Amino acid sequence: MNQLKRFAGIIWIILGPVAVYYLIKTAADEIAKKPVLDTKIQWAVFIVVFIPIAIGMVIFGWYALKGEYDHLPESSEELID
Amino acid sequence: MKETKGIWKVIGASSLGTLIEWYDFYIFGSLATVLANQFFPKTNPTAALLSTLATFAAGFIVRPFGALVFGRLGDLIGRKYTFLLTLIIMGGSTFAIGLIPNYDTIGYAAPILVLVLRLLQGLALGGEYGGAATYVAEHSPTHRRGFFTSWIQTTATLGLFVSLGVILLTRHSLDADAAKSIAKFNDWGWRIPFLVSIVLVVVSVYIRLKMKESPLFEKLKTAGATSVNPLKESFGHKSNLKMVLLALFGATMGQGVVWYTGQFYAQSFIENVCKIDFDQSRTILIWAILFATPFFVVFGSWSDKIGRKWIMLAGMFLAIVTYQFLFKQLLTLSDNTTKTELADLKQIKTTRTPVANTADTLRTVVNKTYYADGMVLSETKKDTVYGAVGKVTLKPDTKISKTVGSSDYWKMVFFVFIMILYVTMVYGPIAAFLVELFPTKIRYTSMSLPYHIGNGVFGGLTPFIATLLTTIYTNDKLVGLMYPIIIAAVCLVIGTMYISNKIDPAIDR
Repeated sequence: MNQLKRFAGIIWIILGPVAVYYLIKTAADEIAKKPVLDTKIQWAVFIVVFIPIAIGMVIFGWYALKGEYDHLPESSEELID
Repeated sequence: MKETKGIWKVIGASSLGTLIEWYDFYIFGSLATVLANQFFPKTNPTAALLSTLATFAAGFIVRPFGALVFGRLGDLIGRKYTFLLTLIIMGGSTFAIGLIPNYDTIGYAAPILVLVLRLLQGLALGGEYGGAATYVAEHSPTHRRGFFTSWIQTTATLGLFVSLGVILLTRHSLDADAAKSIAKFNDWGWRIPFLVSIVLVVVSVYIRLKMKESPLFEKLKTAGATSVNPLKESFGHKSNLKMVLLALFGATMGQGVVWYTGQFYAQSFIENVCKIDFDQSRTILIWAILFATPFFVVFGSWSDKIGRKWIMLAGMFLAIVTYQFLFKQLLTLSDNTTKTELADLKQIKTTRTPVANTADTLRTVVNKTYYADGMVLSETKKDTVYGAVGKVTLKPDTKISKTVGSSDYWKMVFFVFIMILYVTMVYGPIAAFLVELFPTKIRYTSMSLPYHIGNGVFGGLTPFIATLLTTIYTNDKLVGLMYPIIIAAVCLVIGTMYISNKIDPAIDR
């Protein structure tokens, strides 16, 4: 299971930038279409909000890859550095 | 028995304030269509609704910042005074929204003021929930933490319930004539639910002032062991940061989208896609909430016995595999093309109102169609009949509104109830789950951030993103569901693989 957790870490690392790329591409396509509805501000807000979350996903994947989640603390006492 | 002495007082005082905060936060969303008309240009109703939903969503987006600001404060000065402050900010902002003049009176200053106050609401809520959940958990006995914190979990849904109830009550009590009452509500009566908030907040502040500080925080404070820099300790230390990220991607992200799909997008879908009228679309949700709310406590309590993980993930799994089916049922039930029309009862009513100082008249044609199963479809067309020869309205304003018959109404209540049941599964145990992930001295900060990113950003944006998707892929009415389904699926995989099902026996460090 620990091997699988680490391997899946690569997927989470990739998922962050892929999600941002997809978001930006969709936003650009929609704005370029010049629809009746002006949604530029909305798309810009999405991108700004989701980029830090995507970075968080990359860090999560990195931790998973490094085996940080192989053993999870079983009590909050273990969390104190 | 002795160890739970006084806990109900703690739960009552915490829950009342939290419920009021949720009420304040949700009246905005529940009145989205009315506010769109008040605060935004009326040239394009869909654009106005999207702008209102975006303002509504802005309140969600700032919630994580509120979590950081007030979470830090709560870990530094204590839980009690921090969530007292958030309550005052929330109540003040809500009251002020009720006082803002509309777009016709002050132009673009109206939406800007609404946005600013909405941001303040979001910040306050970001600080409130983590404080209340932590406060109750730190008073609870270990083996019943899920049960006691689940009462705090009911407040969000009950806040929505009260907001819908107050809105419907106000809407129908402003005049003896129903149509006039609704017109008055749309004109100025919508302000009442916002203004009422100040009374509720004063009562809650009074109750909260009488509460004592959390015993675990008090113990840390006496020992001089409180955190000096909670933000740094929460997010600067790898051992805590990795748990914050796990809480977000393995639990709260999926919980957030399931919550907002079941309790917000469902109502928006029933009103805007199924075209069910204002009152019915809200009473359907009210009944479903009423029937489902006890299950927060059921699943919270059950999580004390079998652990938090699998109950939350089962809720996500069920949502992922059944959302398409459930929403399809709502569409089918509201589809008039498959129903038998009672042609004899069809009514057409035309009214003409002269436009002042011109030769033009405003023509309103209301077509009412009755169906054998009790459905009534009203189509209202408004156009201008110009006095000048050859000039015609290019695109009449057409609105469709349906009321379904009794049998279909209760079927809709049932399908929404199922969706809210999933909400109770993912949300009932999550406060206890989050509290147990982090130590006392940084708990307020650490648990608030993943909760508000998951619930506020991922969840709160659900109605908006889902509505936006339907404007991109116009042929598929269920396309909006792709967002919650994908987010919940990623969360389910991460949660299954990485989250532990252990219940922390002691959180008093």
